[in-house]
Amino acid sequence: MSDAAPILEMKHVSKRYGGIAALNEVDFVAYPGEIHAVLGENGAGKSTLIKIAAGVTDPSDGEVFVDGRRVNFRNPTEAMAAGVVCVFQELSLLPDLTVADNLSIVSPPLRGGLIDSAGQRQRARELLASIGCEDVHPLELVRDLPLSRRQMVEIAKALGKKPKLLILDEATSALTAADVERVYAIIRKLRSEGVGILYVSHRMHEIEALADVATVFRNGRRIETFRKGERSVSAIVQMMIGRELTHHYPDKPAPKPAEPVALSAKNLSWGAQLRDISLDIRKGEIVGLGGLDGQGQRSLLLALFGVLKGVSGTVEIVGKPHRLSGPRSAMRASLPLALIPEDRKTEGLMLPMNIRDNISLASLSRFQKGLRLDGGKEHSAVERIIDSLKIKISDLAAAVSTLSGGNQQKVVLAKWLMTDPGIILLNDPTRGIDVGTKQEVYQLLRDLADKGVAVLFYSTDYAELIGCCDRVLVMYNGSIARELEGQHLNERTIIETALNVDDKEQAA
Amino acid sequence: MSESKLPVATIPALRFAFDRSLVIAFSCIILMLLGGALYSREFLSPEYLLQQLQISAFLGIIASGAMMVILIGHIDLSIPWTVTLGAMMATAVAGWFGETGNLLAIPVGVFCGAMVGLLNGLGVAYLRLPSMIFTLGMNAVVQGLMVLHTGGFAPQDHATDAMHFLAVGRPVFGIPNALLIWVVVGALTIFLLTRTAFGRRVYAVGNREAAAYLSGVNTNAVIIWCFVLSGAAAAFAGVLLAGYSTKAYQAMGDPYLLPAIAAVVLGGTNILGGRGNYLGTIAGVILITLLQSILAVMQMPEAGRQIIYGVVILAMLLAYGRGDIDRK
Amino acid sequence: MNDLRHRIHHNGGLLAAIGLFIVMFIIYVSNHPVGLTAAVATTASNKAVLLALVAMAQTLPVLTRGLDLSVGMVFILANCLASVLVVGTIGEGFLGIAIVLGAGALAGFINGAIIVWGRLQPIITTLATGAVYYGIALYVRPGPGGDVQSDIADFATGQLFGVIPTALVVLLAIVLIVWLPYRNSVLGRAAYAVGSNEQAAYMSGVPVQRAKLLAYTLAGFLAAIGGLMLTFNTYSGEASAPIAGTYTLNSIAAVVIGGTSLFGGWGSAIGSIFGAFVLRTIEDLLFVFDLDPLWQPLFQGVVLLAAVSLGALRVLRIRNRLELFA
Repeated sequence: MSDAAPILEMKHVSKRYGGIAALNEVDFVAYPGEIHAVLGENGAGKSTLIKIAAGVTDPSDGEVFVDGRRVNFRNPTEAMAAGVVCVFQELSLLPDLTVADNLSIVSPPLRGGLIDSAGQRQRARELLASIGCEDVHPLELVRDLPLSRRQMVEIAKALGKKPKLLILDEATSALTAADVERVYAIIRKLRSEGVGILYVSHRMHEIEALADVATVFRNGRRIETFRKGERSVSAIVQMMIGRELTHHYPDKPAPKPAEPVALSAKNLSWGAQLRDISLDIRKGEIVGLGGLDGQGQRSLLLALFGVLKGVSGTVEIVGKPHRLSGPRSAMRASLPLALIPEDRKTEGLMLPMNIRDNISLASLSRFQKGLRLDGGKEHSAVERIIDSLKIKISDLAAAVSTLSGGNQQKVVLAKWLMTDPGIILLNDPTRGIDVGTKQEVYQLLRDLADKGVAVLFYSTDYAELIGCCDRVLVMYNGSIARELEGQHLNERTIIETALNVDDKEQAA
Repeated sequence: MSESKLPVATIPALRFAFDRSLVIAFSCIILMLLGGALYSREFLSPEYLLQQLQISAFLGIIASGAMMVILIGHIDLSIPWTVTLGAMMATAVAGWFGETGNLLAIPVGVFCGAMVGLLNGLGVAYLRLPSMIFTLGMNAVVQGLMVLHTGGFAPQDHATDAMHFLAVGRPVFGIPNALLIWVVVGALTIFLLTRTAFGRRVYAVGNREAAAYLSGVNTNAVIIWCFVLSGAAAAFAGVLLAGYSTKAYQAMGDPYLLPAIAAVVLGGTNILGGRGNYLGTIAGVILITLLQSILAVMQMPEAGRQIIYGVVILAMLLAYGRGDIDRK
Repeated sequence: MNDLRHRIHHNGGLLAAIGLFIVMFIIYVSNHPVGLTAAVATTASNKAVLLALVAMAQTLPVLTRGLDLSVGMVFILANCLASVLVVGTIGEGFLGIAIVLGAGALAGFINGAIIVWGRLQPIITTLATGAVYYGIALYVRPGPGGDVQSDIADFATGQLFGVIPTALVVLLAIVLIVWLPYRNSVLGRAAYAVGSNEQAAYMSGVPVQRAKLLAYTLAGFLAAIGGLMLTFNTYSGEASAPIAGTYTLNSIAAVVIGGTSLFGGWGSAIGSIFGAFVLRTIEDLLFVFDLDPLWQPLFQGVVLLAAVSLGALRVLRIRNRLELFA
């Protein structure tokens, strides 16, 4: 297909924020009828590239051509008009509007100059059917949909714009396995229809399954573009991080004599989302939570941290009953709990506040001297933890928003490590962060476990669970479907349990 | 019509934004004084300046409380009648209890304001009602109470000697007591905001309450305390105002709501919460007081005063904002 | 049937406001010494329509997650302008009406322009422009007085066919001619989109700026219609800051009672109309039950506070505490 004219071409494109170059003299070409994977760590320049192509931001230098025409998009609307449509990682849906409204938000069918709501509903029904989402009613409000359905609606919305170049930015991160397959099928169909596709993902197996061509970015530069099969996975990872990787995951320790139980939950139930969940986590143990997204894993972590109201069942911490009444009581338990929340930008951090303030927020009381905060003590404690986590910062007084995603997540971790937790709950902490930081997080978890900390680790990435955890609890429909350990802990069993396929076969 | 880009990188510039609004605010103060001096040399006399600072002290105390509430991303619209409440309860207590009443007058006035703040805080924190609407309702309730109080019980309305002394006395080097009180209130506010865990938590709640809650901050307590401080500050200013004008009267707090909010915002505090420092609020208060004073001295009719007042606030805020856009 | 279920779910707040109004109105009428005559209905609607119009005006910025604290001032400005301009022959009167409405729309447009292009917060912008508009009103009419074209005024505050209060018909006409088309226009829906999530709206290619500009402009326009109706009721103009303040505050209360979210993206101007009716009926109830005037302000305050506190019921339903902070 490469002999066709490029759908997107960038020549010497640069983008600078302040003095920092997010994109540096990049040449990039994408052809119609090709799935082009865009790879790189966070901060490598992928998202800037996409934003420029989609008209969200404009380049500081260089030229952009779409369909052979020089373009200079001032906003997403102009990019869409040129046929460039982007499915953003941060969902662009409007929560208070109906699915039908959302699908036709820009150019709805009109009747007499006004929106034709019946026509709009019909259009929504067709679009939803085209991606196998018939279960979503067009009049449903987007805010009432689960995250995985929202992402499908988002994709339907993009398809409705009849793109010539479709950009998917981590567009399948919240999807169930079945939906992912459907999306793959749609993407391949679009390819056969001659649509150009840019596909950004951190999941290597997705890239392997889909991409015809891949381009790796690092530090704002394009490193290499190659066709499918020309480079091995480890070579690609090598290109992305630019340094040798010996281990993907830290070694698991040999089975140790049983440590005391740190956290024990019995018969936890919460509405339809948690059903009769019992689990024990021992000190020094990393327990994984797996399963398809939205099977109650997030609710379980929030329930243990006391955020949910009306949870039935009991929780004991080192044998003592613990009341689930909120983060403060969780932090005061005999083994203090810590929660690394799902969304670091809205739940983990105060983005405009500085790094020091963010890190010390959960442990302010220990720096208190009378009424006053002991600034010196706080400062040195914060510096120590920044050093030990290798957080890359220029200035303690800089806003957290200036950091890269991986470093932001490290700030969240630092905040909680400073409270000396005995039990750490993590909600998909590596989602959307770069490979290098991921490695550091895995090592950190293992180090903590070695020191006797109990870790409950939810991840949407099966490989991560297998590589990191001593045991994995696979959830299905609000309850724990199966516990996997030792040689049973592999991708096949996790997926089988997650999909709840044939119990008899498992028993055999 | 084209839609312009979303602001992408305004955040790193925040620390400079404080400085910028401060510089503009203080420059405007100096410009106004110089402009006033061209009109009449009186404007630069120590007596005039002290008098302006004395008047701005009342607004300054109210703005200190209003700022706490704005920093957590809320707003206190019950300020007008809380000011009146403080004044009326103080004078009434003095009338009811004679000698003891004179002693109790000021604490009782402030206490009543704090109670209004407590109710505001409870409504906003626990009922999760928008502060804009809940404090508005409280304002109406307090107004109703005061109408009933003055109409039904005909309480004493003149200020005690102590109130009068605090508001207009000048025993120390001729510096007005009211100004000294503002200095104390301001110093306490700065200490609270910059040197205590509470202050840190105020900014945290103002930036992202969910994240603060998940970090173990008792966000409801922070909200309630900020409203209590706002109510107490407004009532205290009411007590002093009653001392200044020697009596408490209906609606005496009405002219203070907009100037208080305007002063805080002109001082660079973000109306959505989470950002702002007290030095800016001081500048905002002096600025507003001077503006009002100059318009009064120029014998500008009320219509013109309102127009100029509004235009100056807008022009200054636009000047602050323009800076952000330039930097991008 | 499924469609119907969704529609009821979407309009819960509106239906509750209508229900509340009907109950209160029945209590009012059944205790009124005269009962429901055309005259009683006309007096009641003439008063209620004023707040209803200002509340409709307030709804539009609120839907975009903004606020217009100058609606009361624009309302008063229109009143003062009308007492000068809507005079003379019927023809001259209509010309005056057009100018007054244009001035209201211009005031709203200025609000919108400062918010959109100046990037200032709506609260503080409209506080400041409110002072300016009040100053202009005071300039136009330094003391209460003036006049209004009496044929138009009498018609607008009278009855159609001797039964139906004209003010209600005017209100209905505005709903049909202004609100419903707006609600179903691309820019109207864009206003909801902006209120729901401005960033997502921008990313989706929604005309964010035009939607806001139109919302504030229409708000000024509707507030000016309210000011005109006020002039037709009083036959004079008065630059009264307390009246302006009361209308601004009550308009917000009416919007909330009418089921519109102060956080934007959700609600309707029709709800606000019924919210305004509820507030007005409360005042009338105090009158028919002959409450001691000394107690009236307190009672009104408590009722206002109680009404807005109904919104707290939402908290009871929340089972994930993180949703409290949304």
